[in-house]
Amino acid sequence: MTAAVKSGDTLTGRWRRWAPVAVLVGLCIFVGLFDFNFFSWSNFVRIMNVAAIPMVICMGSTFIILMGSIDLSAEGVIAICAVAASMLVANDYTGVAIGLWSVPIAIVIGGAIGLINGAVHVKLRIPSFMTTLGIGFAGIGVATAILGGTMVRITDNGFRNDLSLGRVFDIPAAVWIAAVAVGVAWVIQERMRIGRWLFAIGTDEATARNAGIPVERTRMLIFGIAGMFYGLAGALSAAQIGRGHALIAQDKLFTAITAVVVGGTALSGGVGSVLNSVIGVFIVVVLNNGMVLMGIEPYVQKGVQGLLIIAAVALALDRSRLDVVK
Amino acid sequence: MTEPVLEIRGVSKSFPGVKALDNVSFAINKGEVVGLIGENGAGKSTLLKVLNGVYHADEGGIFVDGKPISISSPRQAFDSGIAMVFQEQSVLPTLTVAENIFLGREEEFIRLGLISRKRMNAAAAKELEKVHLNVDPATRCADLSFADRQMVEIAKALSLDSRINGHVTILLDEPTSVLEKKEVDLLFSIVKDLKARASFVFISHRIEEVLEISDRVYVLRDGKCVKELEAKDATVKDLHQHMVGRQLHHEYYREARQATPSSEVVLESKGLVKDGAFANISFALHAGEVLGIAGVIGSGREDLARCLAGHTKPDGGSISIAGRAVRFSAAYDATASGVGLVPAERKVEGLVAPFSVAENMTLSALPKFVSGGVIRFAAENAVAKQWIDRLKIKTPSAATMVGSLSGGNQQKVVLAKWRIAGVKVLILDHPTRGIDVGAKEDVYELIRDMTAEGLAVILLGDTLEEVIGLSNRILVMKDGEVTASFDAPPGAKPAQVDLVSHMV
Repeated sequence: MTAAVKSGDTLTGRWRRWAPVAVLVGLCIFVGLFDFNFFSWSNFVRIMNVAAIPMVICMGSTFIILMGSIDLSAEGVIAICAVAASMLVANDYTGVAIGLWSVPIAIVIGGAIGLINGAVHVKLRIPSFMTTLGIGFAGIGVATAILGGTMVRITDNGFRNDLSLGRVFDIPAAVWIAAVAVGVAWVIQERMRIGRWLFAIGTDEATARNAGIPVERTRMLIFGIAGMFYGLAGALSAAQIGRGHALIAQDKLFTAITAVVVGGTALSGGVGSVLNSVIGVFIVVVLNNGMVLMGIEPYVQKGVQGLLIIAAVALALDRSRLDVVK
Repeated sequence: MTEPVLEIRGVSKSFPGVKALDNVSFAINKGEVVGLIGENGAGKSTLLKVLNGVYHADEGGIFVDGKPISISSPRQAFDSGIAMVFQEQSVLPTLTVAENIFLGREEEFIRLGLISRKRMNAAAAKELEKVHLNVDPATRCADLSFADRQMVEIAKALSLDSRINGHVTILLDEPTSVLEKKEVDLLFSIVKDLKARASFVFISHRIEEVLEISDRVYVLRDGKCVKELEAKDATVKDLHQHMVGRQLHHEYYREARQATPSSEVVLESKGLVKDGAFANISFALHAGEVLGIAGVIGSGREDLARCLAGHTKPDGGSISIAGRAVRFSAAYDATASGVGLVPAERKVEGLVAPFSVAENMTLSALPKFVSGGVIRFAAENAVAKQWIDRLKIKTPSAATMVGSLSGGNQQKVVLAKWRIAGVKVLILDHPTRGIDVGAKEDVYELIRDMTAEGLAVILLGDTLEEVIGLSNRILVMKDGEVTASFDAPPGAKPAQVDLVSHMV
């Protein structure tokens, strides 16, 4: 047996690795040619600002997908956390006003729901797809029930400034927070044991088990960590629009999954990175921004996004290695 | 006598339909290399997996230094000083060499929750030195050759040696099957170097290798430990005798019933090529013939079988059926032309487990049982019952789920499926893998029945002996090419040694 397997060094291998960056650069040039305002500082800040919350969500989704699972609960978790955060800061619904302390609480709530996802998935052996779909809907239901179908208005402008609107070096706070979230996710992925383990599980669960990795516990924890990112995204969403309600995260899930996949993380698990997802989020946001600049109708925009995710999977997947497609 | 470092007493382990281990006892002494030999399915790998905590024994106990211990996970085995090199590689391609070596044991490199890549790579470099593998520990395993990955796997097991205080035992499950001679020699010299610190259990199909490296040899057959002997007193021939346990091969394989093939060519392959798997394969298969294909893993014979059955497309050459050139673009084309494949992975590829016996039997010939777009259950059932009787399939009824039958009976259902579909050529890929002796004999009987009726069979046997015993003619493959062809008429069968010399 002498034939060396060097998938990473072949031309197609290298292309696969750098394709998302090439797509992003190409997209920027294309949109820029169409409307030169694209390259203005204000548009740059706008893109960063729009990307901030999807970025935080994506950090969680990427971990789950790297592990070979899928998490469809983001919208529900974000809804609960956003409603919780808006009821804890000065608002027109409750008498509580704990300001920024609401953020860690939202993160803890998100983490707890994530752990429930993980526990149901692992202990009851229900596929993550079904578990998280159910928990996500339940989350939206709970958020609706808490507010009786209405919404909470946030009156704490300090909270909104610190988390979203206020600018440091002319860049909104939300962008800085998203950058920190990316940094944390990067450290978890590269430098922590659980990051290593999630790659091992995503690549080959049986081998991971043979190596003595506590597979079930790791899975649960990763769902918990993803939930914490959703919790943070919930607090950011509430601060951004100044309200909390059950449908605050509408369409965010699809954007997040699209971004992860477009960024080059394989749905089959084991291959990808949180940095890929950063590129992926920008691809999705720049595309939308470009379509807005070009004056394309919103419904068409959604259609384009749908086609984009299928095209991305078609390009990224090495289908010759798949025997069965389910 | 000193206490053995690792001992198992009376261990039994059953899987549905087959008793993989039957009251097996054996012991490993300090600094000893123990060889474990037996035919495929004799229980060697199962035994190692019990020791490593992947499987749990139904009965019996494991003792380390004379004290009973329970091993419920590979991790626990590791902490008890037992590490294993798996037959199927367990190196993860997406991780680096260092990450693979210390997977699941990162604690020693973690400070304040963060892994130090630098210290991990340095420690990995030390382990790689032991196996003389000159690669950067930060290389991704996907970028290594297959043999290098095997050495990483071995380094991973050997890393136990510098991390456990007590004596360690390393289980090597066919570590040499993918290694070149030079690498095998290196592995053996490493094993000899480490004998002061560690004991080894060694499994290989190459009996010469086992005798070369081992101090003592156990022979397993059908899940039982049938012989224990000193390696220096054993010969390859003796061990063969013990492995097989019988001398009257020709009766076992129903040689008297071996059909004389007719001159009618049912399938012909001319210069068939599949890039990276096999090249220039030409042969003619006659009605009533059993054509055996012998070769080691990687010889390309599995790929050839899949290609002939239409599962993969050839890159060159041609296949003709009954004199007519055919191009299969999918397995159903092959089925329509009268070629069926009984795959090695019976549960995955050969049967739909949650379907009933009858549903499985008619799966490839369903149009025959459909009228007006509706399946005629009565006709389906009648045919199924007929074949259940004919093949003596032990099942409560035709409606029983096929997954609940024993391995041998499942295999009979697969054979019935192809007979009902009316195939002229049946490709049998390891038809007796994982089924017990009695069921094997039934399958041999069925092969003789089929050829007597004029079917042609291409056989990739589980053992060389099986191929020789059953075939009219044998092609030997090596590195994707046919290296020899033997006629094997009853009473004048070629010797295993002759075949082996063309295989490796």
